[in-house]
Amino acid sequence: MTTPVLELQSVAYAYPDGHQALFGVDLHVHRGERVAVLGPNGAGKTTLVLHLNGILLPGRGTVTVSGLPVVKENLQEIRRRVGIVFQDPDDQLFMGSVRDDVAFGPRNLGLRGAELDRRVMAALDMVGMADYVDRPPHHLSFGQRRRVAVATVLVMEPEVIVLDEPSSNLDPASRRELADILTGLDVTLMMVTHDLPYALQLCPRAVVLSGGVVAAQGRTIDVLTDDALMKSHRLELPYGFDPHTC
Amino acid sequence: MGAPHGHRLHFHGHSPLHRAPAHLKVAGLVAFMLVVVATPVPWVPAFVGYAGVLAVLVALSGVPVPYLARRMVIETPVLVFAALLPFIAVGPRTEVLGLSLSEAGLVAAGGLVMKATLGVVASLLLAATTDPRDLLAGLERLRVPAQLVQIMGFMIRYLDVVTDELRRMRTAMESRGFTARDPRHWPVIGRSAGALFIRSFERGERVHLAMISRGYDGSVRR
Repeated sequence: MTTPVLELQSVAYAYPDGHQALFGVDLHVHRGERVAVLGPNGAGKTTLVLHLNGILLPGRGTVTVSGLPVVKENLQEIRRRVGIVFQDPDDQLFMGSVRDDVAFGPRNLGLRGAELDRRVMAALDMVGMADYVDRPPHHLSFGQRRRVAVATVLVMEPEVIVLDEPSSNLDPASRRELADILTGLDVTLMMVTHDLPYALQLCPRAVVLSGGVVAAQGRTIDVLTDDALMKSHRLELPYGFDPHTC
Repeated sequence: MGAPHGHRLHFHGHSPLHRAPAHLKVAGLVAFMLVVVATPVPWVPAFVGYAGVLAVLVALSGVPVPYLARRMVIETPVLVFAALLPFIAVGPRTEVLGLSLSEAGLVAAGGLVMKATLGVVASLLLAATTDPRDLLAGLERLRVPAQLVQIMGFMIRYLDVVTDELRRMRTAMESRGFTARDPRHWPVIGRSAGALFIRSFERGERVHLAMISRGYDGSVRR
């Protein structure tokens, strides 16, 4: 088997105030996979995401990205390989123009000039936002800001993109447009979400995180149709949604 | 959300003043202010001259006078302080409308009002004719320390976000029957100001996380 893009081995983490969020997470994500991380509020999903690019370092256990361990010395390369799209685009877009925001990451990697411009425009093209390159981010609609946030990560040419609640606060049309963009990308994808139909639509594989451990994983359709499993981890399908008929 | 063009302090236009390079305008403003502040208060004709220069520039910029006038409320605290000066200053006193006022205080108040007004109008004119992003680039060209320019950039970026948050908090309070009418309500306003501060602080932390996730190491690179 090839080296997994993401490999977590018994990762445990307690916050400085003593609250333990992760109790030994084992997880593999392979190249080209699209994986949904499901779980109730407080399951440790956000804590898990922050381990993937070394914002948090595990108290016990190891995280590796394509064979490279997540430790202080490797952080710059780890953060190029792992692109995180945070939930609130207003947190992710902090510069005065879309261009500067998308260029922020590659500039930190040392890119300049024509190559930088090419990468910025290519990333914006992938999310259909190339026409907005010189607009200030706060004048865009919420859906457009979310797409630019995805571009700020794509531009780093990462090996895996991690999205935190990608469909939250989007209207149905923006939600579908984002799905079209994400399925069209040739990149490994991991998304943390409460939107179970979205997980089913986008991710063939699902991981249930509950109580700080991986409680179950498998084909998304199998997870969503396992009523006992769903119930025991406070997961519920929206009213009227039947995974079998999708 | 702001207007489709630029920032709320910015008045969109194409006058010579709008097109002038931002760093020249900033340098011009600083020079003008130094001259105004250094001019002794009794030289009234000089102040009339400065006001004339500003009036010409305003006319040239095409920014409507009511637009500038509305934004001059920012000067109110200075005016209040100037109004207090004749009462609290010491020295020989004079009678005005039956009130005993300090002569030195009156002169100082007059000087303060003249200089502050000239400064506020000039600054508003700069803000109205310069896109905030050009202004930041201009400051950078003037070799203002990069950290300071960054902080100003964040302020401009998040001003709308924070005022939006404040508006939502107010709507939420008013929806539950709260109206700030008398001093008994001030503690509530104080607490919501505290809540806004904490929210902004937390947002700052989240923005910082998003920045280091994209390889930020302390300097925004150009």
